[in-house]
Amino acid sequence: MARIVAGIGTSHVPSIGGAYDRGKTETLAWKPLFDAYVPVRQWLQELQPDVCIMVYNDHGADFFFDRYPTFAVGCADHYAIADEGFGTRPLPSIRGDVEFSQHLCQSLVYDEFDLTICQQMAVEHGFLVPMHLCFDPLDTDWPVASVPIAVNVLQHPLPTARRCWRLGQAIRRAVESYPADFRVVIIGTGGMSHQLTGPNFGQMQADNDQDFLDRIERDPESLTNITHQELMNRFGVEGIELIMWLVMRGAMSPTARRIHRNYYAPMTTGMGMITLEEDQ
Amino acid sequence: MIRKQNDSQLQPGTRISGALVFDLRMSWRGLRINTMCNALSKAEERESFKSDEEGFMDRFALAESERAMVRERDFTGLLEAGGNIYYLIKLGALTGYGLYRMGAHMRGETYEQFLATRNVPESV
Repeated sequence: MARIVAGIGTSHVPSIGGAYDRGKTETLAWKPLFDAYVPVRQWLQELQPDVCIMVYNDHGADFFFDRYPTFAVGCADHYAIADEGFGTRPLPSIRGDVEFSQHLCQSLVYDEFDLTICQQMAVEHGFLVPMHLCFDPLDTDWPVASVPIAVNVLQHPLPTARRCWRLGQAIRRAVESYPADFRVVIIGTGGMSHQLTGPNFGQMQADNDQDFLDRIERDPESLTNITHQELMNRFGVEGIELIMWLVMRGAMSPTARRIHRNYYAPMTTGMGMITLEEDQ
Repeated sequence: MIRKQNDSQLQPGTRISGALVFDLRMSWRGLRINTMCNALSKAEERESFKSDEEGFMDRFALAESERAMVRERDFTGLLEAGGNIYYLIKLGALTGYGLYRMGAHMRGETYEQFLATRNVPESV
């Protein structure tokens, strides 16, 4: 039987990708962010996951408002690197696992999550930044196969915080009903506080971010009753992305142990990270 | 019970710290602007915009008021007209107005003034 071995919550800010591509990971401005992920990559290497489920949002690279899915799941053997409007990043394309994806989709739909199933999907910074923070790319591949799960956090009405939590619980049931002896890591991405529109552009709320990090570890259900409006008051309009961390947390057991935690807020977004490990 | 919970996720027309929330009403209103910006994800469309901006806007049937805002690079106005920030960023990047420049304008500051308010401006 497959099982979830680890869960990660992490920011996916695009400037992290820019700093990575331009070799700035050792600069004073970026070291506090990149150094925090060195032990995370080491830890993941030791856990040897077969599949990474990446819960992220598209920022207009592959999906458009002509038809906009609430939850879209990749069901293909590879996923291209998307052009977000400034060219394509020099990263290997993403390897999928069709059989696992098909099982996941079937299990989730029969568990009453009415997904959009994508046999073609291109991924962008929401997916790629967490990917290269958590795994070192090989020449033409990555150390794990992936399943992208894109969540609508752009066009309200969004899925509720509780719905995201329940999706995580359903993902856990799906994983545990997969017959192969697979080790799965799930990553919830986005946030933390940021506001990219209006007269308070750039507003961050570090205290609320720290409180979220505390709660996602120890009391995640207390986050599931909060409305979108209240979440945006606490974390900014675009900080609503944090509901995607609840998908990850819902897929983990309540007693999962926290291993790493980091917070850095250099420019316009609170860049948070937390990792959780299941008992073996 | 369930209806009450869903209805209270977001009061229509609410601003968060002064900012509009991109909901279905905004999305419908901004559909032409966002459709045009979405096209800029393709390199050949970026070339097409650069070589003939007016002709490019013709193709997406922008209203005259929308065209004026595109000509003036008025991203604050485009946001109020239903432009979505993540699609506007594509137009911004192409025309020399990156996110931080757009943001400085939203705050009524120069780019340099905005950078001076940041914890680590060197991470730009």
